[in-house]
Amino acid sequence: MAHDKRMEVRAIENGTVIDHIPSESLFKIIDILRLDKEKNRITIGNNLESNRMGTKAIIKINERYCLPDEINRIALVAPMARVNIIKDYEVTEKLKVEVPRTVEGFVKCVNPQCITNHEPVPTAFQVLNGEEISLKCRYCEKITFQGQLEIIK
Amino acid sequence: MKNLISITDFTKDEILKILSLAGEFEHRPYQPILEGKVVASLFFEPSTRTRLSFESAINRLGARVIGFSDTSSTSVTKGESFHDTIMTISNYCDMIVMRHSLEGAPRYAGEISRVPVVNAGDGANQHPSQTLLDLYSILKTQGRIDGLNITMVGDMKYGRTVHSLLQALSQFDTRFTFISPPELALPEEYRIYLRERNIPFDEKTVIEGSVSDSDIIYMTRVQRERFNDPIEYERVKNVYVLKNEMLEGTRDNLRILHPLPRVNEIDYGVDNSPKAYYFPQTENGVYVRMAIISYLFGVK
Repeated sequence: MAHDKRMEVRAIENGTVIDHIPSESLFKIIDILRLDKEKNRITIGNNLESNRMGTKAIIKINERYCLPDEINRIALVAPMARVNIIKDYEVTEKLKVEVPRTVEGFVKCVNPQCITNHEPVPTAFQVLNGEEISLKCRYCEKITFQGQLEIIK
Repeated sequence: MKNLISITDFTKDEILKILSLAGEFEHRPYQPILEGKVVASLFFEPSTRTRLSFESAINRLGARVIGFSDTSSTSVTKGESFHDTIMTISNYCDMIVMRHSLEGAPRYAGEISRVPVVNAGDGANQHPSQTLLDLYSILKTQGRIDGLNITMVGDMKYGRTVHSLLQALSQFDTRFTFISPPELALPEEYRIYLRERNIPFDEKTVIEGSVSDSDIIYMTRVQRERFNDPIEYERVKNVYVLKNEMLEGTRDNLRILHPLPRVNEIDYGVDNSPKAYYFPQTENGVYVRMAIISYLFGVK
């Protein structure tokens, strides 16, 4: 029987659609984009069928157009995500998710002895090249690996 | 304004400049070229060698020292933040030398301070003046830094002196051997660091049979508090005790270094060996720290 995907997540009129999110990264993206504070209507689907990924998540945010800087933050936890800007039900822009070279202020350093975990110092990392995304702390020089990424709320 | 927070802040040329200046200060150890300057020595964590050798270096350069050797007599006990402490003290002095148990504290201090900051050790992270004195000791005993076999023994995981020295020596033609129990092996990030730079290294678990080609043995302390299982510590600590018989058949030019303090990882019998260099190594610390301070002040 044909599966009607439109029933799973409805189209939006204006806003941002983030698709192909690994299911396990959904809640991190919610933190990164601070969607818990968002007043506009948001549709979130998780554990949806995906031929390519097995399962995936999707986020549709009405009336909010994500900025390239915000999109690049998503790259840390969902480098394969696709971001479409929707206007009047049409895709007007496809944004490329690019891993930034530096990450400032929203990722927690994994090292409990780091100054950033004891004083009100904004965190800052250099993104290292490699198969896995890893962040080198500007202060304690320790590496936070992708699986350890924790978003500061 | 230049700080010294991490050994990687210095280029190879700057490292060589410091070593050359240290040689100059060893030749003439009293040079009041910083008369009238005030250096703050802020030890948020206790230290013997590092603090006293920095303060000796400052005095031999003719500058004056203010500061504290623990935080019990300071406003830190009233809850003053690290930020406010540094902002205040940087108005009282021309340079800050600091040690802190929190990693990255000196880097942060360097960002907010009005005067240069020298890191005298931050937790398990960096201890660049120790690294420079280790390099000076290597240069002095071997006549060169390039083309040496460097063997490091003990705690490769948490030892900050190991990590800083490894980064500095990676700028030279070096072959490393790391000897440690598996639970204190070199962290993956440093293996990546060495591989990216094509620096050859071996990892072993026993000293015997691993030091015959060594030019330098760099001993470190295996810290009891790093082990969950006290029985495991007891087993491991005896494996990493350097004894005279282990030095048979080693190279004549081999020298043994240790950042100190020693607990039991070098047998006292080794102290009389012509290959033991860990006490002369401490003297080098004063000349190297004179070199660092005068270089950062821009007077040398």
